[in-house]
Amino acid sequence: MMKARSKRSTIKYSKSFKAGLILVTLILLLALVGLFWTPYDVNEMSFILKNKAPSLLHPFGTDNFGRDILSRVMQGASLSFLIAVAVVGTGTVVGTVIGALTGYFGGVVDAVLMRVNDALSAFPGVLMALVIIAVIGNGKYNLILALGIVFVPSYVRVVRGEVLKQKELDYVKNMKLMGASDLHIIFIDILPNIKTALTASVLIGFQNAVLSEAGMSYLGLGVTPPDPSLGRMLSEAQSCLIYAPWYAVAPGLTILFLTLGLGFVSHGLAER
Amino acid sequence: MKKRFLIYLTVLGLLCGCGEASVQKGGADSNTTPTPVASQTNAPEEQQTPKTPIEGGSITVGITQDLDSLDPHVAVAAGTDEVLFNIFEGLVKADEKGVMNPAVAESYTISDDAKTYTFTLRDNVKFHNGNVVTTEDVVYSLKRCAGFTEAKDPNVLVESALSIVSDIYAPDDRTVVVALSEPNTELIYYLTCAIIPKDYKNQATAPIGTGPFKFVSYAPLQSFVIEKNNDYYGEKAHLDKVTFKIFANVDSAFMELLAGSIDLMTQLQADQCKQLEDKYNIVAANYNLVQALFLNNEFEPFKSTKVRQALCYAINRDEINQMISEGKGTIIGSGMFPGISEYFAEDLVDYYTFDQAKAQNILDLTNYDKGLSFTIKIPSSYDSHVATGQIIVEQLKKMGITAKIETVEWSTWLTDVYRNRNFEATIIGLDANLAPSDILKRYNSTAKNNFINYNNVAFDACYKNAVEAVNIEDKKNYYHKCQEILTKNAASVFIQDPAQLTAVKKGLEGYTPYPIYVFDASKLYFVK
Repeated sequence: MMKARSKRSTIKYSKSFKAGLILVTLILLLALVGLFWTPYDVNEMSFILKNKAPSLLHPFGTDNFGRDILSRVMQGASLSFLIAVAVVGTGTVVGTVIGALTGYFGGVVDAVLMRVNDALSAFPGVLMALVIIAVIGNGKYNLILALGIVFVPSYVRVVRGEVLKQKELDYVKNMKLMGASDLHIIFIDILPNIKTALTASVLIGFQNAVLSEAGMSYLGLGVTPPDPSLGRMLSEAQSCLIYAPWYAVAPGLTILFLTLGLGFVSHGLAER
Repeated sequence: MKKRFLIYLTVLGLLCGCGEASVQKGGADSNTTPTPVASQTNAPEEQQTPKTPIEGGSITVGITQDLDSLDPHVAVAAGTDEVLFNIFEGLVKADEKGVMNPAVAESYTISDDAKTYTFTLRDNVKFHNGNVVTTEDVVYSLKRCAGFTEAKDPNVLVESALSIVSDIYAPDDRTVVVALSEPNTELIYYLTCAIIPKDYKNQATAPIGTGPFKFVSYAPLQSFVIEKNNDYYGEKAHLDKVTFKIFANVDSAFMELLAGSIDLMTQLQADQCKQLEDKYNIVAANYNLVQALFLNNEFEPFKSTKVRQALCYAINRDEINQMISEGKGTIIGSGMFPGISEYFAEDLVDYYTFDQAKAQNILDLTNYDKGLSFTIKIPSSYDSHVATGQIIVEQLKKMGITAKIETVEWSTWLTDVYRNRNFEATIIGLDANLAPSDILKRYNSTAKNNFINYNNVAFDACYKNAVEAVNIEDKKNYYHKCQEILTKNAASVFIQDPAQLTAVKKGLEGYTPYPIYVFDASKLYFVK
């Protein structure tokens, strides 16, 4: 996939875009490998190895249960990735469908749905997700659902705005005259034309999703222990920040690189 | 989020006050207590001969809960009682060993039928306003606590254990008699309720008591200040002034601890203490909790005693203790914590020793020899319970037992697990006051708070005998038998009384952990 993209890109990309791509690829590789293989069992505890500084055997050190931090970061990153993909996927699909339909048809339904949308986006995202989790219970899948719901409104807004613009263009009118059905026009004709706007918001959304997931698991929601998660690792590292700083460094840098990389990439794409 | 926990903790305090749900955690915040236990090693300084105290000086103590009321009868949060302990005293007062000593009373007798408690007041005990304590004040205070109509105050949460008190009166001006409607030898543990002046209306804003310290000022969410009471009848306090600084949680107080601007702070984590060792002495005591992997005895696999026993052998309690508090907690073997020193069954601690082969052998005799899986619901706000859960999951995995952790919000835990008993297993710490019945009551098959659905006829009978016994030796035997039944029958997997770590500024001595949730400032002193 990466290859395909770079082949196409004979156009000049900015330096920050390349840096972003490298960062994202790096973390993605780490996560991808972590999905299938880790140097140590992620949950294996050992009292003797408790809070050991980075060494050759444990490049990122060990945590307060004597577990290998590198292994946990690898698997934590892949979990973060999967959750972010699922969240953005949910948000994009649902948001696009609602946004496209309401934007195209307008009318009372549009007005009502948009007010609901406003109401949803009026809540701070984390608070909203917390409320949903409190109602439906904790867990990986519930977190995806909760964050997914939180992410929908922004896509609805973006897609609706674009569709409103496209709707007035001649090619849409032509298609109508040719007797194409409304659904055909929306999803076959209009949608490909709003790709650019959508891609940008998907990338930004992905960045937000990674951060939200980390934030939620920092608060103890989402991935349940003992499964590793970047946010929970940070919260566990907090109490030993001064004498075992490596515990916070590894998951912290992973989140930083990932979001920074994604930020650069989306910025680079927008500049192009 | 932290705010939210604070609310939960307040709720917790309320529940404890009702005597209905004494549920607790062993984490970084709330209602907990240290206790000096035989097996505990306090900071080395504690064991040396005390250095000569310097009289005077003032200290700042960090606390993590705001006070819910300054009126000792209205306050229900454990964190408030902790602080007010320095200002108020009851007829009797617990000491650091958990023994009830006379305080405002000089002595007391319990009649042979255990239905009449007679107290003789100490001469010349003075309130902080200079007035001498009279029998009128004592009768008023007790009646207010017990909810008697003539002293009834809608704000006072009546201690349900006092409902058996039928009359309180003063036959002469030095004696107060408490008459009960039914025999009870354990009521003395509940008669610690504060003695306050009758007809004094400003208790909630400018409290007056008889304790070693006097109230100075209180600023909500900021500080609570007390000063030495020079008229105290007993051993006077060494310090002139103590300021309790209120923080939202331990984390926010931690920076000040690192800077050294707080002299004493309790409920720290082992990891945090490591960073404080150059400025502070770390005193390890106990939380006075029964931390256990509580098993719902109605959940199909746990209906079998053998499965429960297998789990007791399969879980390595020492490893948990080492991992979480560097071995500073105290391993327990039954449903009582060591702070209840007179009744705690020491011999049951080692009844189950970690032996996974043995566990497998026992499990092979059941229907679950091929595999057992269950979910452990743990309140997410209590880090130490979540950590314990993670260790248990790993230990059981080695035996092929699949335990899954489900973290839930504290309020969900209270409803789902504690009230509706809709769970398979959970990890929590239970607290109680010093009356031995308080902690064991819940294992009665009919008890309202028997959330593990424990049902054992022998236990019920034994508990009944224990409560009714008047002779102290009989009582001890029955309570010992009760604990033995819980252990041998493996009611749950009892783990430990978690370690409570306190940082005390170097140069400050005399910190005394209690087996109840109080902080005693009167014993602290500076040394040169």
